[in-house]
Amino acid sequence: MAQFWVLFRRELAAYLVTLTGWVIMAAVAFLIGLSFVDLILAVRRTPLPLHVTEVFYQTPYFWIIVLFSGPVITMRLFAQERAVGTYETLMTSPVRDGTVVAAKFGAAMAFYLIVWVPLMVCVGLLRLWTGESRALEWPLLGSTFLGIALLGGLFLSMGCFASALTRSQTLAAMVAGLLGVSLFLLSFAVDGVEGEGMWWVRVLGAFTLVDHMRDFTRGVVDLRPVVLYGSLMLFFLYLTLRMVEGRQWK
Amino acid sequence: MSEPWMIEVQDLTKRYGSRVAIHGVSFQVARGEIVGLLGPNGAGKSTTMRILAGFLPATFGTARVAGYDVALDSLEVRRRIGYMPENNPLYPEMRVQEYLRFRARLKGLSRRRARERVEVVLEQCGLTEVRRRLIGQLSKGYRQRVGLADALVHEPDLIVLDEPTIGLDPHQIRSVRRLIKGLAGRHTVLLSTHILPEAEMTCHRMLILLEGRVLASGTPAELERRLSGSRQVLAEIAAPEEGLRSFWNACPEVAAWEMAPADDGFHRCLLMPRGDQDLRPQVYAWVREQGWTLRELSCRRYSLEDIYVRLTGQEGGGASDEDEED
Repeated sequence: MAQFWVLFRRELAAYLVTLTGWVIMAAVAFLIGLSFVDLILAVRRTPLPLHVTEVFYQTPYFWIIVLFSGPVITMRLFAQERAVGTYETLMTSPVRDGTVVAAKFGAAMAFYLIVWVPLMVCVGLLRLWTGESRALEWPLLGSTFLGIALLGGLFLSMGCFASALTRSQTLAAMVAGLLGVSLFLLSFAVDGVEGEGMWWVRVLGAFTLVDHMRDFTRGVVDLRPVVLYGSLMLFFLYLTLRMVEGRQWK
Repeated sequence: MSEPWMIEVQDLTKRYGSRVAIHGVSFQVARGEIVGLLGPNGAGKSTTMRILAGFLPATFGTARVAGYDVALDSLEVRRRIGYMPENNPLYPEMRVQEYLRFRARLKGLSRRRARERVEVVLEQCGLTEVRRRLIGQLSKGYRQRVGLADALVHEPDLIVLDEPTIGLDPHQIRSVRRLIKGLAGRHTVLLSTHILPEAEMTCHRMLILLEGRVLASGTPAELERRLSGSRQVLAEIAAPEEGLRSFWNACPEVAAWEMAPADDGFHRCLLMPRGDQDLRPQVYAWVREQGWTLRELSCRRYSLEDIYVRLTGQEGGGASDEDEED
């Protein structure tokens, strides 16, 4: 366990001391800022027809952040170590493969959540300016962040897997992006399909990320998407672990 | 625990697809020894070391470190090895001291012990004055020492160094070599190189690898004795040139000879014996018999380089396979 924290701290520090990390934070802060502008415009229309968090969600920037931050954050995790060669020093240290995967994913997740902090600041500011207590509802903010964390966890685990596949960071980001966007578009694929009863339509219909996320921003926490995202995330982390162990059957 | 051998490698074979990187390699290394793995690029040195360090599995064969099987007790083995891979990869964004503490903690040292050990290896490797510098800004020599410090930080029984002096200038090579020599006794060291004088100066024993097989092993002196073939004798004799010529031609013990004039009426004669005998007592006897004057009589030493070139059969210098396998 001590080794997990040692690795976790190094990985997280690597985000915070390199330019890439700050560029990602700046880009996300910029996009959240843009959606903040949208939000303020919405507030001027009285009464506000939606929850604050839902307005945030309905701006186009939300999905850009979720879909693109995952691949960009995770692309370096394994690919960079492979390219530089530090993968060899890392994997010949007395650390279990599972610890390495968990620490890298954990650090990516922590950084991803740090990146979302400006959203909280924006909601806080709104509450301060408007003096409207409805602007900041903690349960709503909590469920929104739960949704963001779950979606992020899934996309980051895909990114981990993609990064473990190759030594090229670009390729890792592209593969992760492709996986993420495909999953996102899956729900639209069956939108207009006739035949509600067909099993595959129902399976694909379960992947309506857009609906799930809207529920979270409205404060509706449904156990089904929680289980879905949690298990998919574990599945991709398992694949990552297999890839890391893969050097053993190379 | 009193395992006689620090490293025991039995019939180790590694294939990458259809390419055989090492083939039936067997050797042992005793505790406290410094052993050099020698061979041209692509001979299988790095592959052997990676298997020992637990990074790659062998296709066949077994390797044991301090009595633990590399494949079955990988974690135990990794705890006992300090491994520095080829090209010494490091994290450029970290500071020297920070990196070493991170590595020490990763290798299972407690926070306090890590801090103590980092102080020791900083001192030992001459890194004290650069301890707060970013690794990415260090010179190659310092980076190499950071790699060595990393290999030493958890006081491993076995230190495995892949090309520790590659790309360094002569001063740096010297200091690294001194450092490695200082490890003998307390640690066992396995290092790879393709620079012969280096191996000769640093190692107690050498293994010569070629195309994935062990060609020869022994101390530098043993290798020299065993592999230098016929023992040429060099003699400087003052005598009439014609007399010498006819004498060597008539001598049944001398298979071939060369002669060149030296100063003061002396001639340098290089004599190749027939068979494996040592010609020196014979030459002395002949000189006394003939009433010549002798001022030098020696057995010509083959340098390790001659032996290596002969063994690896690459006098032309064009190594067959430049790239070492991943």
